[in-house]
Amino acid sequence: MQTEYINAFDVVVGVLWRFWPVWVGLVLVMGVSFAYKKRLGLYGQLFDSGVGIAGVGICLFWLFTAIFASTVSPFDPLAQVSIMKDTLPGAIEPTSKLIYYFGGDKLARDVFSRMVYGSQIVLIIAPAATGFALMVGITLGLPAGYYGGKIDTLLSFLANLVLAFPVILLFYLLVTPGIMDTPIPYAMAGLFFLFPIIFFSVLFWTRYKNRPDRLYILLGVTLVVGGWIYSGLVFDKDPLKIVHIDPNQLNIFVAVVFASSPGVFRIVRGLTMDIKTRDYVAAAQTRGESPWYIMLWEILPNARGPLIVDACLRIGYTTILLGTLGYFGLGLAPESPDWGTAIKDASRLLRSFIHPALPPTIALMSFVLGLNLLADSLREQSMKD
Amino acid sequence: MFSFIARRIGTILLTMLCLTLVVFFLVNLEPNLKKLAISQTEMHTSAEQLESWLVGHGYRQNFFMRYGQWLGILPKQPITDPATGKTTQRFSFCNDPTVPTFSGVLEGDFGCSTKFKTTVAAKLFPALGATGVLMFWVLALMVPVALLIGILAGMREGSRTDRTLSVASIASTATPEYVSGVIFTVIFASWLGWLNGSAASASQGITFYNFTLPVITLAIYGTGYIARMTRASMVEVMTQQYIRTARLKGLSFSSVVIKHALRNALIAPFTVIMLQFPWLLTGVVIVEVMFRYQGFGYTLVEAAGNNDIDLLLGCSLVSVFIVLITQLISDVGYAFLNPRIRVQ
Repeated sequence: MQTEYINAFDVVVGVLWRFWPVWVGLVLVMGVSFAYKKRLGLYGQLFDSGVGIAGVGICLFWLFTAIFASTVSPFDPLAQVSIMKDTLPGAIEPTSKLIYYFGGDKLARDVFSRMVYGSQIVLIIAPAATGFALMVGITLGLPAGYYGGKIDTLLSFLANLVLAFPVILLFYLLVTPGIMDTPIPYAMAGLFFLFPIIFFSVLFWTRYKNRPDRLYILLGVTLVVGGWIYSGLVFDKDPLKIVHIDPNQLNIFVAVVFASSPGVFRIVRGLTMDIKTRDYVAAAQTRGESPWYIMLWEILPNARGPLIVDACLRIGYTTILLGTLGYFGLGLAPESPDWGTAIKDASRLLRSFIHPALPPTIALMSFVLGLNLLADSLREQSMKD
Repeated sequence: MFSFIARRIGTILLTMLCLTLVVFFLVNLEPNLKKLAISQTEMHTSAEQLESWLVGHGYRQNFFMRYGQWLGILPKQPITDPATGKTTQRFSFCNDPTVPTFSGVLEGDFGCSTKFKTTVAAKLFPALGATGVLMFWVLALMVPVALLIGILAGMREGSRTDRTLSVASIASTATPEYVSGVIFTVIFASWLGWLNGSAASASQGITFYNFTLPVITLAIYGTGYIARMTRASMVEVMTQQYIRTARLKGLSFSSVVIKHALRNALIAPFTVIMLQFPWLLTGVVIVEVMFRYQGFGYTLVEAAGNNDIDLLLGCSLVSVFIVLITQLISDVGYAFLNPRIRVQ
């Protein structure tokens, strides 16, 4: 049977129409932010420049796409409709009369739906991994910069050790199917996921140690929530069966955190060394505050500007890393709709078909571009103060 | 100065020692050894045969002994047949010794590649040469373009040129090699047909037709970053007092930029360019795989994919060495370029 096609104009209109929940969300959030931008602090200032608006817009676009992925995409990202194999953009699927807006790939799956679902994988793993990397980097970078001396030498040596590895070699060693049979990924996960719990416990302890009424509540919440997520992620033994992560996703996650936390460590260490010479730190020392109080409540809040900018850039960089993993077929399942895997599959067939390659590449590029624009604009705004 | 360099080289050697130990540990994990044994023996071998292959080729010796042998501080043992007591070579295709000899990295023997059935040196160094050619063209394209963009953008901060070029550089840093490679291939190879989408023929001879795509793909990611650093440095220099003095004494804008600003503004990008090498190494792997160019990156992927222990160790040694040496050069060079900095 001959596949029927709709014309290019209908493809564009149809794609824009499929994104309707995204547009609604985007208009709502952007409108509210714009109306109250005076009261929103640094975030509100982003709306003063074109670059900032573009950055926020692109990031929100992908965020809403990830949230509404099941509404936006017309097909299941893994479903194969054999008649649609290698069809060009705008092909009509005969049974449901729905349209393969960006055509079908070599396994007859809808390229458009795969791109939309790919955003989910990226937008879950990249920010979460960056968050953990920040926790690890901050928890180790603060004492290294504050105390200096032996602890600094040791931690800096370890950080430089990891940074001296080419990322790709690190991934080939850490994200192989074989390594899942060894306890290494779980040990590393167990180590890395401890850092947020330690971080928040120390954070609350130093602040509220003389106010037990607050302290016990906050510590209790930290330990219960932290322990719950920890047991789910590391041991996959969540009593409520909510927190769950696939072993190979855990492996990727750990590898990405491992690769990016030394970078955070270096930045935090440098900032701490700079900030600890300020007068307010000397004042806190004279008051007799404990070192960890000074680090977490005096130095860290004053280092937030560069850290926020770095976090934005780092999410983008993590997205690129995930794409690299997908491109080399490491870790993620071969049928996974993430952008890197899609680019790998499509780039092998560029001679015959180019349409499956373009949507994931443009998606990845635009998301990272959005984050970079956001970071650039944040940097500009925080420099103004 | 001398003691600074000596201390840094000491740190580099210690780092290389630690890293190779980590790599050695990871490639010798049980699943990886199984993978190696399976790929090295015939199809459908039983578990006992795999085990005997591993024992027979010395993979079951003590971990630290084998690391010492690889390093060259312990003698490399030939294979001894337990029944006859006769010694044979471990791998015949590498001219391994038949008597215990000190033959490790310290003696200049990088070991034996099980995947390519030759010595690591014979495989790795030609590949490094091929990658060196690629790197040379990438740097020859990337550095001048990036510096030019950065200087033009930073010359007049906030101007239209500045904003356009800044967004362009941000866009280029948002484009990893596997994205730009696909887009360039689609445009120049599939659509326009000007360039070859594969650089496999570049091993025989480099032409504009087969080598342009890998070079521009690899160059674009770093270009934006260097350009942004140059811009930041240029912007800072242009606000200095001596620039204002030069302007006020009546020099033209172009001569102020060329004679006074440029030399001071190019110190910071020098460091950035040297520190780009670690990133370029990752990019090289992607680009060489994508365009099928037989260089270092391609070798690394083949070695990692087949758990070729000695070759992978050689690859990591080389890449770690490149990363650390470029860091050292950037530190020392910075002190030379900027007389206000003193290394200690």
